Amino acid sequence: MATNKKKLSLKDKYQYLTRDMAWEPSYQSKKDIFPQEDFEGIKITDWDKWEDPFRLTMDAYWKYQAEKEKKLYAIFDAFAQNNGHQNISDARYVNALKLFLTGVSPLEYGAFQGYSRVGRQFSGAGARTACQMQAIDELRHVQTQIHAMSHYNKHFNGLHDFAHMHDRIWFLSVPKSFFDDARSAGPFEFLTAISFSFEYVLTNLLFVPFMSGAAYNGDMATVTFGFSAQSDEARHMTLGLEVIKFMLEQHEDNVPIIQHWIDKWFWRGYRLLSLVSMMMDYMLPNKVMSWKDAWEVYYEQNGGALFKDLERYGIRPPKYQDEANKGKEHISHQLWATFYQYCQATNFHTWIPSEEEMNWLSEQYPDTFDQYYRPRFEHWQALQEKGERFYNNTLPQLCQVCQVPALFTEPDDPTKLSHRSLEHEGERYHFCSDGCCDIFKYEPDKYIQAWLPVHQIYQGNCEGADVETVVTKYYHIDAGRDNFEYLGSPDHKRWQAIKGQKPDESQAAKPKNAA
Amino acid sequence: MSVKAISDYITQPKDTVANFNGMQVVYVYWVKHLMYCSPFAFLVSPDMTLAGFFAEVLRPAIKDHPDSTRVNFMEAQWLLNGQAFSPTPEVALLAQGIDHKSMLTLTTPGLSGINGCAS
Ligand SMILES: [Fe+2]
Ligand SMILES: [Fe+2]
Ligand SMILES: [Zn+2]
Repeated sequence: MATNKKKLSLKDKYQYLTRDMAWEPSYQSKKDIFPQEDFEGIKITDWDKWEDPFRLTMDAYWKYQAEKEKKLYAIFDAFAQNNGHQNISDARYVNALKLFLTGVSPLEYGAFQGYSRVGRQFSGAGARTACQMQAIDELRHVQTQIHAMSHYNKHFNGLHDFAHMHDRIWFLSVPKSFFDDARSAGPFEFLTAISFSFEYVLTNLLFVPFMSGAAYNGDMATVTFGFSAQSDEARHMTLGLEVIKFMLEQHEDNVPIIQHWIDKWFWRGYRLLSLVSMMMDYMLPNKVMSWKDAWEVYYEQNGGALFKDLERYGIRPPKYQDEANKGKEHISHQLWATFYQYCQATNFHTWIPSEEEMNWLSEQYPDTFDQYYRPRFEHWQALQEKGERFYNNTLPQLCQVCQVPALFTEPDDPTKLSHRSLEHEGERYHFCSDGCCDIFKYEPDKYIQAWLPVHQIYQGNCEGADVETVVTKYYHIDAGRDNFEYLGSPDHKRWQAIKGQKPDESQAAKPKNAA
Repeated sequence: MSVKAISDYITQPKDTVANFNGMQVVYVYWVKHLMYCSPFAFLVSPDMTLAGFFAEVLRPAIKDHPDSTRVNFMEAQWLLNGQAFSPTPEVALLAQGIDHKSMLTLTTPGLSGINGCAS
C-alpha cells in the first residue's frame, strides 16, 4: 500500500521547523523588528549563506537533553547517598570548586541571558535558532553545576551564597565584568567575544582543567556534569567558528572590525583564565598538567592552526598573543601569591604548596619557578612555621579593564610590573598591561564606569571601612570559617576527622596580623 | 574612539575625587619587592603631610618585608606618575602634586627583595 506519510529526513525536518518558521515581514520594516543588527558596522548581505552549525530541532533537542539529564541526576543521587565527598583526593581540592561555583557558574547564567538577547536580534532565522538553543544549554549548565556542587555545600565552607558573592567579592568582579562587557556589546561583538574567542579559542583551557581536575581528584559529581555538557560544548564551538567565518565571508569591511574584537576578547579571556592557571598549578592536589603545558597544547598549537586557517580572510593572530605566550611561565605563580596574601577576603582557602608540589613546579617551570617564585613561597612558609602567616593588609591597585590587581610583569622582565597608566578627560587610569590599556583607549567611555571593588570600598559603598566588616556584611563570607589559611581551617579539621587523622595545630590558620 | 551604541551614550567616571568623601586614593609601587603582589592602594587625606604618609601609612604597609627596616624613604628614589620626584616631608600630599589616583614609585637601591629575587 502506498503512503504519502513519508518520514521527513533530518535535513527537511530542520528546514521546516526552523528556517521555514521565519517570514518576510509585510507591515513592519525589518529594521524596526531587528533594531540592533546594523549599529556595530557589520555588513550582512545574504543571511541564506549562514550554514547551520547544528541541525537540531527543538523536539529532538528536548528528547536528547532529557536523556542526559536522567543519567546525570541518577549519579548525583548516588554520589550524595554514598558520601562521595569522602572519596576526593584531599579537601584542598574543594577550594577549586568554590572558585568554579562563584566564578564560572554565574557566567553560564550570564551566557544564557546573552544568547537569549542576541537570539532575538538577528534577522537570519538560522542564527536565531542556534543562539536560542545555546541559551537553553547555558541555563541547563548553571542548574546542573549548582546541583553537582550542592552536596559539597553540606560538608565544606564557602559555597553557601555563590550568586551574591559573584556580584560583590573583589576578585569575582574579574569574571563578572568580563561578561558584563560582552553582554552590553552589540549582538555581533557578543558572538565574537563568547562564541568565538571564549567557546572556540579558549574553552579547552577552562573545561579541561576543571573537568579533568575533577576526574584526577575523585570528584565524580563534577566529572559527570562535565560529560553531560560535552556535547553541548561541541555545538557551541561549532557555532563560534561558523559565526566568524560567516561574518568574514559576508563583506570585506567586516574584517577590521572583527580583528579588533578578536584582539580585545583574546586579551580579556586570557586575563580571566589567569584564575584557572593558579587553579591548575596550585589548587589541584592531583595535578592534571601544568598551565604552561595546557597553554602550549590548547592555545599555541590549536590556536596557531586556527589562525593559520583564518589568514585567508585577512585575519592575523590576536595582537598580544606573544605576551600571553611568554606569560605562561609566570601567571599561575603570580596569581597564587596574590590569593595567598589576600585570602582574608576570599570565600576559599590558600596554602603554601608542599615540598613535593614545589618540586613539581620546579620541574614544570625550570626557567622561572626556582628563580622568581620559590624564594617567595619559602619565605612565607618559614613565617607560617613561626606562627606568623603573612597577609597583605593593604588593598591592591586594580586594573581598570580586567579588574585583576595590577600584578602582572613585563613580558621580558619578570622583576618589573607591567603597569601602564594614562589620563583621560582629566582623570588618571591604571592598567595591568598594554593589552588592557589598548582596550580602554578604544572605548574609554565604557571603562571609566568600571565598578572597581577597591575604590567602591574606599567610597564607603560596601557596608564598612575595614576588611573584616566588608567581608562579613557585604560579601557574606563567614569570617574565620570560609576565609584565611587552609591549614587549621574548619574544612581542614573536618577532613582530618573524616580520614581519622590527628589535627596538627603547628601552622594554625588564624594569623596574628590578619585584618 | 567612542562607544558604538544604539542611542546616545552618556557616561560618568565612577572614581572622581568627589566620590571619596574628602579623601583621595594614592598608589605606591615598591620596585623589586613583588612579595606585595601589586601596587598598594591607600585612602588618604590630601592634606596629610608626606612625612605623615610615610610614618603612618606606608611604613606599616611594608613592615612585614625583611627589607623594610633598611628603607630610608628620604634617601630612596621616587617617581610621581612616571616623572622624577623629590619628596618634601613637611608639605601636604596634594600641595606637592600627589593628587587623586597618583602613583608613587619607590626604588630602594641595594635592596632587591627576598634572596635578591625581586620578591
Ligand atoms: Fe556553558
Ligand atoms: Fe558553552
Ligand atoms: Zn588588566
